[in-house]
Amino acid sequence: MIRLADVYYLTGAMFAGFALLSLRDRANRKRFGNTAFWGLLAVSFLFGSRLGDLANGLLVIALVLLGGTRAMGVGAPKSTTQGERDARAKRWGNTIFLPALLIPVLTVAGTLTLGRISIGGAPIADPQQVTLISLALAIGVAFVVAMARFRPPAVAGVDEGRRLADMIGWAIILPQMLAALGAVFALAGVGGIVGRIATTWLPLGHPFAAVAAYCIGMALFTMVMGNAFAAFPVMTAAIGVPLIVHRFGGDPAIMGAIGMLSGFCGTLATPMAANFNIVPAALLELPDRNAVIKVQIPTGIALLVCNIVLMYALVYRFR
Amino acid sequence: MNYWPLLGIAALVAGFALRANPLIVILVCALVTGVAAGIAPLHLIAALGHAFNQSRYVSIVWLILPVIGLLEREGLQERARILVGRIKAATAGRIILIYLALRQITAALGLTSLGGPAQMVRPLVAPMAEGAAESRLGPIPDEVRYTVRAYAASADNVGAFFGEDIFIAIASILLIKAFLAQSGFDIPPFKLSMWAIPTALLAFAIHGVRLWRLDARLERMAQRGRVARERPP
Repeated sequence: MIRLADVYYLTGAMFAGFALLSLRDRANRKRFGNTAFWGLLAVSFLFGSRLGDLANGLLVIALVLLGGTRAMGVGAPKSTTQGERDARAKRWGNTIFLPALLIPVLTVAGTLTLGRISIGGAPIADPQQVTLISLALAIGVAFVVAMARFRPPAVAGVDEGRRLADMIGWAIILPQMLAALGAVFALAGVGGIVGRIATTWLPLGHPFAAVAAYCIGMALFTMVMGNAFAAFPVMTAAIGVPLIVHRFGGDPAIMGAIGMLSGFCGTLATPMAANFNIVPAALLELPDRNAVIKVQIPTGIALLVCNIVLMYALVYRFR
Repeated sequence: MNYWPLLGIAALVAGFALRANPLIVILVCALVTGVAAGIAPLHLIAALGHAFNQSRYVSIVWLILPVIGLLEREGLQERARILVGRIKAATAGRIILIYLALRQITAALGLTSLGGPAQMVRPLVAPMAEGAAESRLGPIPDEVRYTVRAYAASADNVGAFFGEDIFIAIASILLIKAFLAQSGFDIPPFKLSMWAIPTALLAFAIHGVRLWRLDARLERMAQRGRVARERPP
C-alpha cells in the first residue's frame, strides 16, 4: 500500500536534488544559502517523523532564519533560450499540453479509484490520503511522459524544478509556517480571547446587529488566522449559536453555511492565507507579493455585504 | 482573563504593515503569543516543530515543479500563446472568466484538485490570458502583464472557495456539521450545501462582472504605457 510517508520521501528526494544542484551552481553568489535551505527541507521530509518535536522546531527556526534574512539567491540552471522555446513550441504542437492536463485528470481518476482497488487484501493507496497520493502519482506519470516525449538531458527535470523553486524561494514553506502558528494560537487560547472581546464590546441587541457582527467577525478573524476553519468554531460559539440561533430564533444550517462563506471573503483579503494569495504571486513572478490580494479585495468586500444581507433575509425566515 | 497573547497578533499586523519578511514575522508572532500565554520556550519550539511536521502534506504540491519546469523549457507558455492567438474572440478577460466558471462548477462537483495556482494558473491559464492580451494590444507593458496574472490567480481562488461548499463531502461542510452537532443541532450536509448556492451565484456575478470589464481596463493601461514611452524624457 502506498502511504503518505512514501510521498514525503519522494518530496524529500526532490528537495535534496535541489540542494545538490544548488551547491554546484557557481553562478549563484548565495549558493550555500540555497543549499542549506533546500537541504534542511529535504531533512524535514525524509526524516521529520523520526526527529522528535524539539529537533523539528529547531529545524523550523533554522529555515526561517535562512529564508527570512536574504541568505538565498536565485540559481541559474541551464535552461533553453527564448528563441529555442519559440522554435520548440512550433515543433511540439499542442501535444505539449498533454502532460500538464494529465495531472488534474489522473489526480481525480486516482482519487475516485485507488482507495477502493485492493491487491492482496490491502488497497493500493491509503484510503485516508487518497487525494494527495493520487496527486503525487499523477505528477509522476506526467513527469515520465514529458521525459519520454521531449528527451531532455537527464538532470533537466531536477534543474528546471530548481529554477522555479528558487524563484518562489522562502514562500515555499509559508503555508506550513502558518499551520504551525495556528497550533501555537490554539495552545495559547487566542480564539477564546477574541470571542470574549467580540461579545463584550459589540452591540448585539438586534437580530441584524448579531448577523452583521457574526459575518464581519468571521471575515476579520479569518484574516488574522489565515483560515476560516480556525475562525468558525470561535465565532459560532461566541455569537452564532447563543445569539442568532438561541436568542433570535435563527436557522443553524443557514447561519453555518453563510457564516463559513463570510469567512472565505476574509481569506481573499489576507496575506495569512499564504498558499492562496502569496504563493501564487511568487509562482507567477509578480514583483508585488500582495498583487493577488489587491485584485481580490473588491470582490471580497462586495461579497461580504451580500452575505450579511442574505443571512439576515434568510436565517430568521426559514426554520 | 489573560489578554496578553493578543500582543502576538499586534506583532503580526505590525510586521505585515512594515513589510518585514513574513517568515520572520510569523516566527516572532508565535514566540510572543506563546510566551505571553505562559508556555515554556522549549515546549513552544517543540509545538512549532510538531505542527510544521504534521502539515508537510500542504507542500506535496511542489512535486509539480520539475514537470512544469520541463514543459516550460520545451515552450509550454509560448505554445499556449500561439493557441489563443489564433482564436479571434479570445481576450484576457474572457479566458479568465471561462476559467472562473469551470473552476467553480468543477469545485461544486467535488473536483477541487482539478485546478490550483501551480497545476493550472502558471502553466496554462496565465500564459493563455497573456497571449490573448498580446495579440489584441500588441506588446504589453509589465503593468498589464502583472494585472492579467493576478486576475488569473484570483479566479482560481474565487471559483474554488465559492464552489466547493456546494459539494456535500468537502472539509468545510463537514466541519460546520460537526461543530453544529456538538452544539446540539443535527443537520444533514445536503442542507448546508443548498444554502451555499445563493452566495456561490453572487460570487460568480461579482467577480464575473469585474472580469468582463477587465479587457477595457487593460486597454487603457496599455495606452497609458504607450503614451509614457513616446513622451520625450
